[in-house]
Amino acid sequence: MTTPLANYLILAALLFGIGLAGALARRNAVLVLIGLELMLNAANLNFIAFWRFSPHPEMLTGLMFVLFSIAIAAAEVAVGLALVIAIYRHRRTAQLDRFDSLKG
Amino acid sequence: MESIIKYLWLVPLAPLLAAGIGALLPKRRRRLSAGLAIGAISISFLLSCVAFLANLHSGRAVCNFRWFDFGTTSVQLGWVLDPLGAIMAVMVSFVSLLIFIYSLGYMAKDENFKQFFCFLALFAAAMLGLIIANSLLLFFMCWELVGLASYLLIGFWFQKPSAAAAAKKAFIVTRIGDLGFLVGMLLLYAKTGTLLFYDNGHGCLDQTAAVGLVASTTISLLIFCGAVGKSGQIPLHVWLPDAMEGPTPVSALIHAATMVAAGVFLIARVYPLMTPDALHVVTWVGALTAVFAASIAVAQNDIKRILAYSTVSQLGYMMMGLGAGGVAVGMFHLMTHAFFKALLFLGAGSVIHCCHEEQDIRELGGLRTRQPITFATYAVGMMALCGVPLFFSGFWSKDAILDAAHHWSGSPIPFYLGLLGAFLTAFYMTRQVCRVFFGKPTTPEAAHAHESPPVITVPLVILAALAVLAGFFGTPAWPWFQKYLEGGQAGFDLSKLMNEHQLPVMLLSTLLVTIAIVWSGWIYGRAAARPARETDPLEAAQPAIFALLQNKFYVDEFYDATVVRLTAAFAKFSDWLDRVFLGGLVKAFCVFALVLAWLDRALDEALVNESFDTGTETVRGSGRWVSRLQNGQVQRYLRIIGVAFCGLLILLLWESA
Amino acid sequence: MLNEIVFLLCAAVTLVGAVAAMMMRNLVHCALCAAGAFAGLAAIYLQLDAEFVGFAQVLIYVGAIAILIVFAVLLTRGGDVQPSAATTSPSWWMGLPVGALVVACLIGSIMASPRLLRLPSQNVHAPVKQIGERLMNQFVMPLETVGLLLTAALLGAVVIGLREPRKPESNAP
Repeated sequence: MTTPLANYLILAALLFGIGLAGALARRNAVLVLIGLELMLNAANLNFIAFWRFSPHPEMLTGLMFVLFSIAIAAAEVAVGLALVIAIYRHRRTAQLDRFDSLKG
Repeated sequence: MESIIKYLWLVPLAPLLAAGIGALLPKRRRRLSAGLAIGAISISFLLSCVAFLANLHSGRAVCNFRWFDFGTTSVQLGWVLDPLGAIMAVMVSFVSLLIFIYSLGYMAKDENFKQFFCFLALFAAAMLGLIIANSLLLFFMCWELVGLASYLLIGFWFQKPSAAAAAKKAFIVTRIGDLGFLVGMLLLYAKTGTLLFYDNGHGCLDQTAAVGLVASTTISLLIFCGAVGKSGQIPLHVWLPDAMEGPTPVSALIHAATMVAAGVFLIARVYPLMTPDALHVVTWVGALTAVFAASIAVAQNDIKRILAYSTVSQLGYMMMGLGAGGVAVGMFHLMTHAFFKALLFLGAGSVIHCCHEEQDIRELGGLRTRQPITFATYAVGMMALCGVPLFFSGFWSKDAILDAAHHWSGSPIPFYLGLLGAFLTAFYMTRQVCRVFFGKPTTPEAAHAHESPPVITVPLVILAALAVLAGFFGTPAWPWFQKYLEGGQAGFDLSKLMNEHQLPVMLLSTLLVTIAIVWSGWIYGRAAARPARETDPLEAAQPAIFALLQNKFYVDEFYDATVVRLTAAFAKFSDWLDRVFLGGLVKAFCVFALVLAWLDRALDEALVNESFDTGTETVRGSGRWVSRLQNGQVQRYLRIIGVAFCGLLILLLWESA
Repeated sequence: MLNEIVFLLCAAVTLVGAVAAMMMRNLVHCALCAAGAFAGLAAIYLQLDAEFVGFAQVLIYVGAIAILIVFAVLLTRGGDVQPSAATTSPSWWMGLPVGALVVACLIGSIMASPRLLRLPSQNVHAPVKQIGERLMNQFVMPLETVGLLLTAALLGAVVIGLREPRKPESNAP
């Protein structure tokens, strides 16, 4: 008897929550990005879990999705970190609450 | 006959064209304008003679045409050729022609020579139009035109304030009479439905039976009002003496021979409408006017004023003749009076012209020797006016009137008034002739007077001849004139002269005239030898009466105190009403409009602007408030996304549960 | 039984790693803990018979992304870091409840679907050959698109990360 689906889903939910809480509570921009990655990973886990317990796993839909998701996440992290570095060069700070010039 | 009536409208048209062209000519074209006027009136005269001759052998001819329509009715105009009109047209055009020629000499030195002839031509056109008119409307239009021409000519020397005032007075006083005329006209139109005189049995004069007695009397009296104004009967006589401010040819033409006779002509024209009651009134008014004016003339000193009052008096005679004796009697005196009165006026003009505009008879004298032709013609005219028997036309015409008055069924008093008038006429004419022509010259101007040029004296001679000859057309022995007007043949019968009905009257009038001439000649012939400026013998005898007569019975002053003052007060009241009351109303409206405008602005500023501003401020404020949501903090955005996601999830769970 | 224990172990590693990544003061430590969380997840993937994904996870996440994060942390320190500076954002007290709320919602929705929880487990084969076949046939469009995306991201990152050329001091025309 393998672990039921619910466990994976709950794990994914917890992971998502931790990622979100971290993204909301930390000051540093890079840490926010880490939190974002954790949230993405939680979603990936959800996909794989659902694929595993889906009626037609030979379709490999979940797998495909996750593969693409990982690829895109990599691209996004690269660009995001490049942005943070560029801003750091300009503002001499990596603290997110200082990046507020786009306000109304 | 048919062809003449078609061209009859040329008779007034020729002088009208002359007037029109004359008005457009520049001032220096004196001879051209005079030539135009004289040529035009000659054409009118010739045409009138032709028409007269054509009419001698036929009856009345009428030519009507439609002028315009309004609604279902149409207004018609037309002209008529009948004995009355034909003889009147001939007389008017002939006398006008003579006076036009006279004016060439009299007005030669005047600056506004061209305008004078233009106005004269206009007058002639209007007068001739009046004579041939077949419609009371056309008659009235020409009547008014004649009044206008009179106004223009009386006030010809408008720089003189007295002339301008006299012109105004003439116009206004005749207007009062014209008001009655107009009302009468409207009443007649209402009663008969047409204003044409003769229209194949449908004209208003053909329908006299249908109108009814009371209406007829009213209409006749109202139309007589117009005649009272135009012909200077009392109480509207006050304008005629003042009209002597105009040049002497004007006085001769308009205020002696033609225009003032238009009133008499009017009554003669609408004679079928006049009821016996109306004719009563006409006779009385005529008789009273005759005596009233004659008595005033006794005490006047201006040569033209004496003649003016004489005109008023003679017009009274004409009215008396119309009322008591009929159309022929009145018209006969009108004809003869035209000739000798024009003659007298032109003679007076000759005297005035040569004595350097002196008009006071006390300043003249002894002109008999210095102006023989003038004296001779003047004497002929004076004797005609007085009614010296046999040779002079005035005798025959005045006697016809006295005869009619004597046999009148109404009352014997007009006859006695007529006799008194004849006496007074002879008296004041002799006085005038003595003062002007006899005795010694009183002023240097009179002493150096010379005879007038032929252009002035020739018309005088012609008129003098007519003053004698015209009378022979209406004697009882050969009543050609009366028969001509009434239709029928006139037979020459000398025995009619000795008729027991007419002979006493003739003898009585002759007697009165002789006494008057002798008495007046005795008083004034001797007074002429004495220096001027002495009081008039009559004045010395009866100063109070003389003063009353000299001041024209204070009629002018009476009018001034009552009518004029009343009108002025009314005018002031109207002015007050207009300025204060109506003006005040208008101002109140303006103030009201201004208040509205101010209110509008206040509302606009307070309400509209305020609300708009408040609205925009609110929008901006809310915008500013909403924009605070975006503070640039990314984590806040993420937080909001998270909360929204939860909310959505809960919503979905709720729905599926 | 063994499955359960393995799962719990891996889950613990993942969770602890995640929590540590979010709470550590030293940023490099955070990055490394995050790498550990990724690794734990890779193990779970392996347990779920998604071998390829697991290895891809290790390769990319642990091998590339975590290292990238470490690099970024190192590049953005400099003169700004003070040991006594606050690590949490000004409104962290609002962020935590939101995270808790989200977790609660998710778990609530999971628990609220009983049929889902009783899904039987399948026998799954996910050979690489089949993955390759799928990629080349059904998912060729996303594949190419992701290729394009990666190229664009690469170029973009390079451009953004370039140092700006220094401007000359004087106002030369």
